[in-house]
Amino acid sequence: MGWLEPAAAGALFAALTIYALSGGADFGGGVWDLLARGPRAEAQRRTIAHAIGPIWETNHVWMIVVVVILFTGFPRAFAAVSITLHIPITLALIGIVLRGSAFVFRSFDTPEGRFRRRWSLTFAGASVMTPPFLGMVVGAVASGRIRTDPATGRVVPEFFHAWLAPFPIAVGLFTLALFAFLAAVYLTVEARERELQEDFRIRALGAAVLVGVLALVCFLLSDQGAPLIRQGLGRERWSLPFHALTGLAALGAMLSLWRRDYLWARRLAMAQAALILWGWALAQAPFLVVPDLTVTSAAAPPNVLATLLTVLGAGAVVLVPALWYLYAVFKGRGAAR
Amino acid sequence: MTDLFAARSQMAMSLAFHILFAVAGIGMPLLMCTAEGRWLRTRDPLYLQLAKQWAKGTAVLFAVGAVSGTVLSFELGLLWPGFMAYAGPIIGMPFSLEGFAFFLEAIFLGIYLYGWERVAPRLHWAAGWGVAVSGALSGVFVVTANAWMNAPAGFEVVDGKPRNIDPIAAMFNPAALTETLHVLVAAYIAVGFAVAGIHAWMLLHHPRDPLHRSAYAIALTLGAVAALFGPVTGDMSAKHVARYQPVKFAAMEALWETERGAPFTIGGWPDEAAEVTRGAIEIPYLLSALTYLDPRAEIKGLKAWPREERPPVAIVHWAFTLMVACGTALAGTAVLGGGLAWRRRAVPTARWFLWLVVACGPLGMLALEAGWTVTEVGRQPWVVQGFLRTADAVTPMPWLVVPFTLFTLLYLMLAAIVVVLLRRQVAASAALHGNRSNA
Ligand code: HDD
Ligand code: HEM
Ligand code: HEM
Repeated sequence: MGWLEPAAAGALFAALTIYALSGGADFGGGVWDLLARGPRAEAQRRTIAHAIGPIWETNHVWMIVVVVILFTGFPRAFAAVSITLHIPITLALIGIVLRGSAFVFRSFDTPEGRFRRRWSLTFAGASVMTPPFLGMVVGAVASGRIRTDPATGRVVPEFFHAWLAPFPIAVGLFTLALFAFLAAVYLTVEARERELQEDFRIRALGAAVLVGVLALVCFLLSDQGAPLIRQGLGRERWSLPFHALTGLAALGAMLSLWRRDYLWARRLAMAQAALILWGWALAQAPFLVVPDLTVTSAAAPPNVLATLLTVLGAGAVVLVPALWYLYAVFKGRGAAR
Repeated sequence: MTDLFAARSQMAMSLAFHILFAVAGIGMPLLMCTAEGRWLRTRDPLYLQLAKQWAKGTAVLFAVGAVSGTVLSFELGLLWPGFMAYAGPIIGMPFSLEGFAFFLEAIFLGIYLYGWERVAPRLHWAAGWGVAVSGALSGVFVVTANAWMNAPAGFEVVDGKPRNIDPIAAMFNPAALTETLHVLVAAYIAVGFAVAGIHAWMLLHHPRDPLHRSAYAIALTLGAVAALFGPVTGDMSAKHVARYQPVKFAAMEALWETERGAPFTIGGWPDEAAEVTRGAIEIPYLLSALTYLDPRAEIKGLKAWPREERPPVAIVHWAFTLMVACGTALAGTAVLGGGLAWRRRAVPTARWFLWLVVACGPLGMLALEAGWTVTEVGRQPWVVQGFLRTADAVTPMPWLVVPFTLFTLLYLMLAAIVVVLLRRQVAASAALHGNRSNA
């Protein structure tokens, strides 16, 4: 194995991580829109809309990048996943369509529009419905139930087996909790009034506990549901320090929330989410789709990977300053309303 | 409905839906930027209002374009895993470049829509141009991928598998230049005339409204200038198809016999069983003359290929006729409007001309859909011309009629909502302005 295959896989997981931290949190924002309660419910909704309005379409493009890296760099993995997980992917897509369009309809409808309430509910409902399906896709990829026939190289046409099982469902719920947790933590920084910050702080703490509980559930189910991952998580040399680091980040995020140090809470929550994703990636290495497709066996020829990585690198040169500017305008220090 | 047919229908429906919003993402930013540029120059608040109005419409259209485009990227795998396993590495390069164009487009649009009060006016305007340029680039990149399906290049086939892949040669395939040019021009035609048609309609009902008058003038200028290039770039595409996809070309023209001095065929009913076209208007020698600049040049007819290699002739022929009819009408309107404008030194607003522009409003979008039908259906039975058949690319997933129905219903609903929202926005713009001039 050369260095190109792992580098392309690294780029894939990097894009996935950024998507989870940015686009994932936008879905989490919808969750808190749905759960907005109490005297400040409208203010909560406004803060959420204000936070995601200018950036969600940009964040969403990371998902496209994941798909493009997957089908260019690892075409067999893309085919295997698209065939066996047709149903959850389709359901996630319907959620993505409803979430995005309802959000924009609400923002750009004329103010007296009668349908505002309906757009709101659609946006929030679709934000809750989509992450579990995205998580199920990840759970199914890890489960070892997506099989290709070793003789013919063809994908075994099973359309429910891989994702309709306890482990992927648990991963789906975990994903929802994680996105909601990230969103609540970011919103503590976005909110300008103290009471709003408190609202989101309580929500973030609640979500943090839920993330912990569901992580445990996933771990327990992985014994049956994703044996290879379980081995990876349990036995490898790197796994113990890695778990320790993830746990420390999680505890640190909670502690910072407790102490109302929101900037540190945001940093640590992001670190925690990223470590979880990379823990999964390392646990299933060298497999891309457990147990038949490895990073090497699914990869496109080396010159294609080299071109792909070159394009990604050159694109990043343009992208990074543009992204930086976008976030500086809307999220920087001067961005207070 | 067979699964293959359901898959094709779902793909066609999703693309036909997406393309309407994608061209808005290409054309609308140009209109907003022109209006904002005039505001910066004249400081006439009317232009600022217009730029904001168009930006609001663009926001809605762009979001629907973005989500329907996301659906498409996944559908390539959900419906055609065979195609993607074969072609993914070959055409991944334009798709990755397209990804970066999407990023820039979304970033600049975020700044444009939400940054009116946050960034300096010149920077804000520059962000608008950023949306316009990256929108055009996204279109160009994805169309080079489609051009590769029509004129595959940059690989060899060994044991039925692609080998020696050269992603750069694949991207700069022989069809890329003509197809991207024609698509880009088509996007400006379609958006220019659609927007001009809406504002012409408003002008017919509120003849004094200066907002609609400026909007109409800007949009019509874009549409008319582009419309002059529609037939020119279309002609380049046609010459290209004649050379690289002669079966498609014969189907476009419903030409059955191989002939020297072939006629140009308008309308008629191609009968695939009897292998004749009935009731068409034929202009002798014109097809050979147009295609090879030689009225006696030979053009191959459909009978030169076995039946199973031919695309559905009637659909392709009628779609092509429709596109050319629309293109001719739009170019004619552009020439007429240009003549009137030149004589009167003002954009023509006579009532009969406004009605003509209203009538032209949908024709660009119609030509766009018709043109894509020619390209895609005319390529059948191949996904990748000459290399991979559509039937071999489809997913083994059964019950595909279910997602097809779901997405059709979803998109019908979205389309209806978008129409209602845009109507409300246009109506509100008149009212807002009316209030101000009354006050
Ligand atoms: C506003 C839209 C519009 C207008 C006015 C025209 N076209 Fe067009 N045409 C398109 C929009 C379009 C398109 C939708 O953009 C297509 C589909 C694929 C492509 O390359 O462009 C297309 C394809 C297309 C093709 C097939 C290319 C292929 O299969 O690779 C040909 C031969 C023409 N066109 C020719 C013409 C001619 C001779 C026109 C003049 C009257 C014309 N088009 C006007
Ligand atoms: C908006 C523009 C487009 C429209 C309206 C369109 C339309 C269609 C139609 C009608 C079909 C089904 C053909 C049949 O009757 O069997 C189809 C199939 C397909 N199109 Fe397009 N197409 C467009 C652009 C593209 C682009 C840009 C791509 C690619 C990158 C693409 C990729 C495909 C694929 C993979 C199929 C399935 C295989 C096939 O049936 O040929 N299309 N499209
Ligand atoms: C000829 C056909 C096509 C053209 C001209 C085109 C062009 C565009 C343009 C200009 C945009 C951005 C503007 C907007 O969203 O309104 C866009 C969005 C998008 N398109 Fe297309 N497209 C075409 C076909 C396709 C196909 C075949 C795919 C999938 C493989 C695709 C995937 C996407 C995606 C993922 C987005 C969303 C980007 C975002 O999130 O900002 N498009 N397209």
